[in-house]
Amino acid sequence: MRLRQALVLVAALNATFLATGCGGAGGSKTGGGAELVVGVYGSLTGNDATFGESTKLGVELALAELVAAKQGKIGGLTVRTVVEDDQGRAEEAATVVQKLINQDRVIAVIGEVASSRSLAAAPICQAAGVPMITPSSTNPKVTEVGSFISRMCFIDPFQGTVMARFAARNLGLKKVAILKDVKSDYSVGLSQYFTEAFKAAGGSIVVEQAYTAGDQDFSAQLTAIKARHPDAIFIPGYYTEVGLIARKARELGLTCPLLGGDGWESDQLLEIGGEALNGAYYSNHFASDNPDPKLQEFLKNFRAKFGKDPDAIGGLAYDAANVLFASLEKLATEDADAFKGLASSMAGTVERKEAEQDLALLIAATKDYPGVTGIITLDANRNASKPAVVLEIKGGKKIFNTSINP
Amino acid sequence: MKRFVGPIVTLLALVALNVVLPRVTNPYHFQVLILVGINIVLAVSLNLVNGFTGQFSIGHAGFMAVGAYASAMFTFKFGVPLVAALGMLPSPVAQGVALLLALVAGGLLAAVAGWLVGLPSLRLRGDYLAIVTLGFGEIIRVVILNVDAIGGARGLPGIPPYANFFWVFGAVVAVVVVARHLATSTHGRALFAIRDDEVAAEALGVDTTRYKVIAFVLGAFFAGVAGGLFAHFLSYLNPSSFTFLKSIEVIAMVVLGGMGSITGSVVAAVVLTLLPEVLRPVKEYRMVIYSLMLIVLMITRPQGLMGTRELSLAGLFRRPRAAKGTA
Amino acid sequence: MSEFLQQLVNGVTWGSVYALIALGYTMVYGILRLINFAHGDVYMLGAFMGLYASRWFHAGESPNAFKALAVLVTSMVLCALIGMVIERLAYKPVRKSPRLAALITAIGVSLLLENGGVLLFGASPRFFPQIVEQRNIPLGMGVTLSNQQLIVIVVSLVLMLALRWLVTSTRVGKAMQAVSHNHMAAALMGISVDRIITFTFMIGSALAAAAGVLVALQSPKIEPYMGILPGLKAFVAAVLGGIGNIPGAVVGGLVMGVAEVLVTGYLSPTYRDAIAFVLLIFILLVRPAGIFGKAVAEKV
Repeated sequence: MRLRQALVLVAALNATFLATGCGGAGGSKTGGGAELVVGVYGSLTGNDATFGESTKLGVELALAELVAAKQGKIGGLTVRTVVEDDQGRAEEAATVVQKLINQDRVIAVIGEVASSRSLAAAPICQAAGVPMITPSSTNPKVTEVGSFISRMCFIDPFQGTVMARFAARNLGLKKVAILKDVKSDYSVGLSQYFTEAFKAAGGSIVVEQAYTAGDQDFSAQLTAIKARHPDAIFIPGYYTEVGLIARKARELGLTCPLLGGDGWESDQLLEIGGEALNGAYYSNHFASDNPDPKLQEFLKNFRAKFGKDPDAIGGLAYDAANVLFASLEKLATEDADAFKGLASSMAGTVERKEAEQDLALLIAATKDYPGVTGIITLDANRNASKPAVVLEIKGGKKIFNTSINP
Repeated sequence: MKRFVGPIVTLLALVALNVVLPRVTNPYHFQVLILVGINIVLAVSLNLVNGFTGQFSIGHAGFMAVGAYASAMFTFKFGVPLVAALGMLPSPVAQGVALLLALVAGGLLAAVAGWLVGLPSLRLRGDYLAIVTLGFGEIIRVVILNVDAIGGARGLPGIPPYANFFWVFGAVVAVVVVARHLATSTHGRALFAIRDDEVAAEALGVDTTRYKVIAFVLGAFFAGVAGGLFAHFLSYLNPSSFTFLKSIEVIAMVVLGGMGSITGSVVAAVVLTLLPEVLRPVKEYRMVIYSLMLIVLMITRPQGLMGTRELSLAGLFRRPRAAKGTA
Repeated sequence: MSEFLQQLVNGVTWGSVYALIALGYTMVYGILRLINFAHGDVYMLGAFMGLYASRWFHAGESPNAFKALAVLVTSMVLCALIGMVIERLAYKPVRKSPRLAALITAIGVSLLLENGGVLLFGASPRFFPQIVEQRNIPLGMGVTLSNQQLIVIVVSLVLMLALRWLVTSTRVGKAMQAVSHNHMAAALMGISVDRIITFTFMIGSALAAAAGVLVALQSPKIEPYMGILPGLKAFVAAVLGGIGNIPGAVVGGLVMGVAEVLVTGYLSPTYRDAIAFVLLIFILLVRPAGIFGKAVAEKV
């Protein structure tokens, strides 16, 4: 009896699994022949859940604006997104992208923040010939996977160098301490390139301390840093921890400036860190006090729709979606025949393959696109090359300090 | 002659399916199938430690990580040149040879790690042993995180994707056969005796320490093989895949399947791998429903789906531990 | 020297948080032999209940000691109720089942609380209002102690002493001891085992909630996954002290806190978590039942 129950359960699960599989494919064939399906994947649950959520919101806003402006249509086809959760795990990212490509039959994929997940998914997109735009993976290796992979953000070597030069030249610092997140590839990469560039500029790293994302107590690391009397502390982490680190640093009597990267960008940084962050500098994609109308409109719309300020990840995802929409638009006007291959009814055909190839080329050819995270031009390796801005936190506000070109 | 029929049929079936399946299935379903296979190897190998011997190990992801990284590095160093040198053979054969060697290397290194963890089991029992295995798992992960030569936090990309259906399910067959032979052998009886009553087993002359270490080493070896398959299928490794949550996932498979039941582990691995995929349409409620189902399953079937019984294809209910009372 | 003393102060503060969480683990273990994996998540819920309570009392706007205490107590009471619900719905049905089945149930509850938390509270971290204004108290020799750290240490100490009094000097505490020795015998003595077990869960959950509020007080960032890491480490602390043993949990928590801080400050910050486990394994190899645990002779 029990055995039979077990068997029934397995059979039922298998049946549902196959049914949803067939249902998905069948549905796109019959119901939505006039659709452009775009896949989005990110960590909506798990320790990095904020990354996935921000990405999702950025894409959602871009789509909402497309709906407002053009009834959500490009070249006569309605754009639809499918969002999947990878739980912040590399193997899940690979599975999810397989699902998006083979079951939802997406024409392009937007995703991941963490380079580790992008690196697991990119070979699959490359092999299937589906364009993938990563909004915010900074590891250079991601786009090295192949011609279908491009990115919207600057890469670790650039950003690390920017902050090192800024520290050495603009602030005239000599001795810097580093506090990095050992578990995050972003943080480890950034601190490596910062160290190289800062030493080349004549400075020295007096101590390198580490934490793990999710930690709540940083007193041990900061006490050790304090004993070395640094001129500044470079904290290449995410805002989720930086606010707490800043508080604890001030509590322990560390008054030196704090330096960071684009992971800091969020309204919650100032909420959590409060006054402790005054006198901190970080590199970012945009300065929210920049009067650029496009940026201001984005900030206004984002606040109106979601009731909070976007972080850098949200801004980059918004740009990634818009670059994709712009490339689709371009394909629709320049080569309407090829564009038809992207319709959901064409899934699995040779025309679809060719259209995706064209789309990848158009994305790679993005030049001077006015995004909210800067003027985006993709270089030969499909990496966005754009200036970084350095923001200063003064009196509880983020103020534009300087802009540094690649 | 008769004893060779089974293995030959199995081998031919694997080869045939290896050719046919990727052509007829959706690559997404195929990938999930491969992950099911890898999880079966993990669950059955952990069952050797937790289910057969009753030792509470929650560091299985650590052994998997050792196997994954060791076999990947082996392939980088020796496998790739070997495949090039075997150029005259058809590429699936050459890659298969390289993969087999890498899997053995990864499995052996994981087995050494298992031996090191098995040693403290001389002194520790129950939950103390559990926490030590958990500790070893975490130590392994932190060490990998800090070694730049194997990628550290940034992971190890570009591992040649040698693993395919044949090798993954070949490993499944291997681990199931080994576990079954063990269960019906004298050694297996010794393991069950330790699980049921360690003191009595020792009094009856079972060398409990030796058998516990054997169980650990064997379990770790197959976890390492699973890790190697994982590495060569995904072609990317990152330490975040081997947190203690992965170990917990495997334990859930063993317990849900039924402690000591090999087929139970297989069934549970299938169920628990498919469940999150089946639940994808419910979006943000997916993990909530998954955890609820886990609780409900444990409340309604605390002895596991299969209890301690086995399921056999011939429709026979085997009771390999009918001798339980006498052990 | 001042650096070392400062590190000790840091270690004791954080160690008392571990101790509070470890107490819940140890109490439940002592009575049920169950590793309650969801305990760290109750700690998370404690912080969130504290967040809502401080909004309710407007404790962040004009902080005073009375409001802060009200926030702490509200959170503890709410989490005690949550602990009761968890015990009745999830753990009671598997109490007679094999221990590992109960463990997997606990893991399921843990996953449920985390993912349910993401659904209810959102994934982004939330700011916990400053219900006590931060001030530094210089202790001399360059060592500072913030008033928030002091509160953490004092409240933890008071709660631990209260628990000790409860367990050793009250009727219900004696009943708890009896149940932890033998369910059947306790039931024969007229003790309602079910009620005692539920009561134990409530006390453990209340202590975890207190830890959640205290941590949120000095690290004002809370999110649904914040309980995993401290939960794991507090569990290790409980084992370190000898699981099931109440003074052991306190000592284990303090040892764990101080060891972690010293390892980070003086040995290797990147290997922090690994070295904590190496120390643990070393201690267990020397004393297989933890610092305070008694080696139990096997019954034949």
